[in-house]
Amino acid sequence: MSSGEVQTAEYLQRRWLNIRKLLERSGPFCHPDFEPSAEILDFTMNSCKILIVGAGGLGCELLKDLALMGFKKIHIIDMDTIELSNLNRQFLFRKNDIGLSKAKCAVEFVNKRVPGCEATAHHCAIQDMDDGFYRQFHIVVCGLDSIVARRWLNGMLASLLQYNDDGSLDQSSVIPLVDGGTEGFKGNARVILPGMSACIECTLDLYPPQITFPLCTIANTPRLPEHCIEYVKVLQWSKENPWGNTIPLDGDDPHHVAWVLEKAQERAMKHGISGVTYRLTQGVLKNIIPAVASTNAVIAAACATEVFKLASSCCVNMNNYMVLNIADGVYTYTFSAERRADCVACSNSTKVMALESDATLQTIYTKLCEDQLFMMKSPGITTIINGRNKTLYMSSIKSIEERTRDNLKKKITDLGLYNGAEILVADVTTPNTITIKLNVIENLDVDMPS
Amino acid sequence: MIKLFSLKQQKKDEEGTARAGGSQKKATAAQLRITKDLNELNLPKTCSTEFPDQDDLLNFKLIICPDEGFYRGGRFVFSFKVGPNYPHEPPKVKCETAVYHPNIDLEGNVCLNILREDWKPVLTVNSIVYGLQYLFLEPNPEDPLNKEAADELQSNRRLFEQHVQRAMRGGYVGSSYFERCLK
Ligand SMILES: [Zn+2]
Repeated sequence: MSSGEVQTAEYLQRRWLNIRKLLERSGPFCHPDFEPSAEILDFTMNSCKILIVGAGGLGCELLKDLALMGFKKIHIIDMDTIELSNLNRQFLFRKNDIGLSKAKCAVEFVNKRVPGCEATAHHCAIQDMDDGFYRQFHIVVCGLDSIVARRWLNGMLASLLQYNDDGSLDQSSVIPLVDGGTEGFKGNARVILPGMSACIECTLDLYPPQITFPLCTIANTPRLPEHCIEYVKVLQWSKENPWGNTIPLDGDDPHHVAWVLEKAQERAMKHGISGVTYRLTQGVLKNIIPAVASTNAVIAAACATEVFKLASSCCVNMNNYMVLNIADGVYTYTFSAERRADCVACSNSTKVMALESDATLQTIYTKLCEDQLFMMKSPGITTIINGRNKTLYMSSIKSIEERTRDNLKKKITDLGLYNGAEILVADVTTPNTITIKLNVIENLDVDMPS
Repeated sequence: MIKLFSLKQQKKDEEGTARAGGSQKKATAAQLRITKDLNELNLPKTCSTEFPDQDDLLNFKLIICPDEGFYRGGRFVFSFKVGPNYPHEPPKVKCETAVYHPNIDLEGNVCLNILREDWKPVLTVNSIVYGLQYLFLEPNPEDPLNKEAADELQSNRRLFEQHVQRAMRGGYVGSSYFERCLK
């Protein structure tokens, strides 16, 4: 049906019948605080704001699943445009959509198809949005293929956490992150409550490192077809620069792939290696494992279910990391990933330093070394001003020390710091770079004539 | 466990009123980590760093001037590029000085295990500095990137040494030209 069609009471009754059974009755798997009520459906449908990050294979599934579950206030963000090779699994796109924004096409399709859905598209990079944007959401669900992007998003959500004066977490500042990932026939889904349960950065070890081969093997003793392709990618391209000095190898450019294929086949022939194909070349260049539509469907369904549980409390969430392998039968296993006490992203390491408004950087440096709270040895101090990193003082690196020494004499206000500004301090005495918030107290002393 | 429904309702309604002033951009995990690495950099006396821009800690140069071994008296510059996925991925390191070395090719690629297959997030910039320094003290002919140099080191150490010297003074070794890089 189209969205313009009149929705009869009977239709609505039928449409939400099964979800209402979950939300308006209690049960043994409910969250301990769950109180069945008709308001919950109203909340999930009309108030709960969800951000889907990524409108690719997982993103299309997630948007469809969440829209059909009744969520209306869904935003989806993706900077990519649609390519021919997406169409086999990114089912919200058609041939005519090639070259258009994934986020926009996905939203258009779902808003037309699912009555009442009011999804919103953002065709940009996640880094283009600021904390005000992310703060508006109740839940973020993410279907990305990039570890860098995941880590960025994780860092953003962790930075939104607020702590009470006693150091305890203000739970209302927690925006849960449901993260899905797939690679071929394998996938994982996890629920992260930033500041409360293991985050992406806590468990960075769980991501397998990119497969790399020793450079000398590639250069001298290739044994695998991948070695030949890597040779052309890492060594031969920069030597021959077939499209000129300034053109880097682009795994999405079929001419580039064809060139690499040809050179890799020559090399393979010389070393008696077989198996250098166009597909493999493309795979090695883009470091991709072919995406499998059914893996995406299962992982997205698991993520959407977790989103529904979070939004409604009708059921306790999985705890907290589920792995799936459908390469040979169906295997799943769920375990509780553990937090790291020294996690760079989610451990509460923000401290406060009180300063008078005429303080200099030297004042800060001295406090870092002498204050009971810090007792540092040789702190390196940086900050971010107008979105750019700025090194304020670092004594361990001679050339930087020389160029930043004069900063010590400067007033903090002349360095661009202000009340509430954050400085980043690294020192041997702390496991990580810590964040210190400046609390600048106006100096109210007025010179009184004596 | 968190109960979102009760917690969040009032909060999101207040949206827009609570936020005073512009907010400061947050440092990335890669930035936090490299700051820590550099602040704790403990360079051997043969090494120094150069930062073209002191506010950009992600791009810098390492200069190695070996004081013993085949490469004594030379000055070798390496560029470090730390990517957004540090320390999940190692920095990209290239040798900018042309050098006749079994493990460094003429394009500046360096064959050092911890720069590729043996990189682990617990390693630091310091580990790479020591690894590179070691390459100059103990060139390894078993893992050749410049096969000619490696074969020569194995078969005729004296000739290899002469060629290293010639390259460092500036001149041809075989058909390859090397810029002078003596201190
Ligand atoms: Zn964490």
